[in-house]
Amino acid sequence: MGRFILRRTGVMLLTALCLTFIVFFMTNLYPNLEKLAKTEGNMRMTDEQVESWLVNRGYTQNVFLKYGQWLGVMPSPKIEVDGEIHTRCSRPGVPDEEIGNYCGVLQGNFGFSTVFKGEVSDIIAKRLALTGWLMLFVLIVMVPMALVIGILAGMREGSRTDRSLSTFAIATTATPEYVSGVIFVVLFASSRTGLSPILHEWGWIEKKTLFKGLASTAANDITFANFTLPVMALALYGVGYIARMTRASMAEVMTAQYIRTARLKGVSFRNIVLKHALRNALIAPFTVIMLQIPWLLTGVVIVETLFNYKGFGWTLVQAAGNNDIELLLGVSVVAVLVVLVTQLISDIGYVFLNPRIRVS
Amino acid sequence: MEPLTSLQIVGYVFMQFIPVWVGMLVIFALSIMTKNKTGLYGKLFDSPIGMVGFALVLFWVLTAIFADAIMTHAALETASGMKNKLPGTPLRGATEGDFQWYLFGGDNLARDVFSRMVAGSRIVLIIAPAATLFAFMVGITLGLPAGYFGGRTDTVLSFLANLVLAFPVILLFYLLVTPEIRAAGAEIRIWGGNTWVTSIPNILAAILFLFPILFLLILFQSRFFTRPMLRNILIAGTLLAGAWMYSGLAFNADPLGLLGMDPNLLNIFVSVVFVNSPTVFRIVRGLALDIQTRDYVAAAQTRGEGPWYIMLWEILPNARGPLIVDFCLRIGYTTILLGTLGFFGLGLSPESPDWGSTINEGRKLLTLYPHPALIPALALMSMVLGLNLLADGLREQSLKD
Repeated sequence: MGRFILRRTGVMLLTALCLTFIVFFMTNLYPNLEKLAKTEGNMRMTDEQVESWLVNRGYTQNVFLKYGQWLGVMPSPKIEVDGEIHTRCSRPGVPDEEIGNYCGVLQGNFGFSTVFKGEVSDIIAKRLALTGWLMLFVLIVMVPMALVIGILAGMREGSRTDRSLSTFAIATTATPEYVSGVIFVVLFASSRTGLSPILHEWGWIEKKTLFKGLASTAANDITFANFTLPVMALALYGVGYIARMTRASMAEVMTAQYIRTARLKGVSFRNIVLKHALRNALIAPFTVIMLQIPWLLTGVVIVETLFNYKGFGWTLVQAAGNNDIELLLGVSVVAVLVVLVTQLISDIGYVFLNPRIRVS
Repeated sequence: MEPLTSLQIVGYVFMQFIPVWVGMLVIFALSIMTKNKTGLYGKLFDSPIGMVGFALVLFWVLTAIFADAIMTHAALETASGMKNKLPGTPLRGATEGDFQWYLFGGDNLARDVFSRMVAGSRIVLIIAPAATLFAFMVGITLGLPAGYFGGRTDTVLSFLANLVLAFPVILLFYLLVTPEIRAAGAEIRIWGGNTWVTSIPNILAAILFLFPILFLLILFQSRFFTRPMLRNILIAGTLLAGAWMYSGLAFNADPLGLLGMDPNLLNIFVSVVFVNSPTVFRIVRGLALDIQTRDYVAAAQTRGEGPWYIMLWEILPNARGPLIVDFCLRIGYTTILLGTLGFFGLGLSPESPDWGSTINEGRKLLTLYPHPALIPALALMSMVLGLNLLADGLREQSLKD
């Protein structure tokens, strides 16, 4: 078990290095740097001026060197221009003597965001916390719903309950967040269409709309009105997949010998499901749920954009859209780490939960 | 003129889709009559879920085919005074030959929502299946040897596949589908006075588009190498057609000037293929691992068949069931991915009528004018739902064997 975890962690670190290098390479392509020079310096810079701006800030070095500096395993060069020292370690208000040699990700220095004018690590920490709340509520809604649907459908395979629940699960996997989000807003958050005008007319709701179509206020204060729609849009797309996995796993367990034995012994169906089948049927969905988290990341970006919730996904869009290279790199590192760590946990968890698959 | 009532809108929409209804009726009647002879396809008509899925998919396929007849206006045509008008609004200043209404209303640039939805189906139904097919070619050509040979081939290829899979899709799109990346690279002069930029999407296209040709070449060589005459004809044909399509699609420099791909479109296409192929690779690898332990594979090995013959002519045909099911699901997933790209305004031009871009355009005024975003959203959902139900029906029926 120990060696297995160690090997998996090693592969994970290697993957993380490769992926961050790819992201680094792609964000540091020359057209991106040129755009950066023009937005940071002057829009009307000539090609020579752009070139010297980039040289002065060390952007024209070899990409491997730059990656090493960004990572913090190589010293950042100090380039002196007109008595000023340019290095990636320098910050506004910090005297030149205090600037260190190594200032990369390993030293906790993710760089400086050009769009939000702040430390990338601070921005990401703040935005990640907001997205954390979103994810928390999504998981609270999604996981129990999916498990209940899956178990109810899988305990009597081929029954009418199974068929209707399975069709529902399929329908949710066909509804990406940007579709369900649009439908939800039209149905529940528009003062002109859907349910809200009817409910308002009947006097059931005080406000013009049932829910809010924007979640920007949820950053300070999460309420039922402003957080329901984004959470539902995200949860709905994920429910179907987990439910189908649970159903398959449950259906398989229900045909096992020991279930038949229990049934022949006269154990009630309720007890068979709850006491005998459930525990074994939940091993497979565990991995699926863990692997769902990185998958939710795309959904988070869509939902946060659609509902204007200024979390991690929204930051990604802002960073990518405004060519904020350092911020985009920071966001990518976090995203890649989330994916890799959940993969690791799901691998280890699967082995840990399933005594039949102890690692050979 | 009075605006149409809801019932009239439904009626007129139904009339516009008449070619589709006729086509669906004919195909369904023929399929049900011959269902005992058409194998897995025929069995689909024994499962209600499969039939519903097939009907939805068929509806959109026929819509894409007959799009020109169904559309009431041109996809980019604007009419003054029709901005954000509700469904069923009569067209202001319509002349004799024009269709008199905007059936599903107008969008924020006064274009007909109904016609754009129909035009969008054509774009989606060309890109999504084609991209999925390419992803399958790549996945199969790499997945079979990884599963069959195992060892170092498998380790390297699986590591690469996991690398791509660990990339959050949306991040990959933001890195890969930008105007900057299309410009990053050296310009190279190629044949016919064309130039080619060594940008990442172009290089990826040059690599990925080789796989279908490679696949067909190995396919024919491994089977017909004992009959040189037939083999030579097949290989020459593949090479000729392949080289022609390759020069057109990958380099946008078709010597005949027939095939070509807009750089935007190529960028999207390549990204979607790139995202999908590792998953296909994993599925094919798993199937190859499973099937190679069967007796008929051992029999072929004893007969002295080559490894590629066994992979392509023994293992692959026996893996077709799960692959067909996944193909359907994957077209749906690709449609969703294309919609995601459109939703973020990446890739296709903003005035493109594809569903993702129209949803993105329409969502800005969603609470005031829901129809420009709602219509393409429902279209996308119904098509993906159809594909998912079709896949489910196919799975159920193929498991019954």
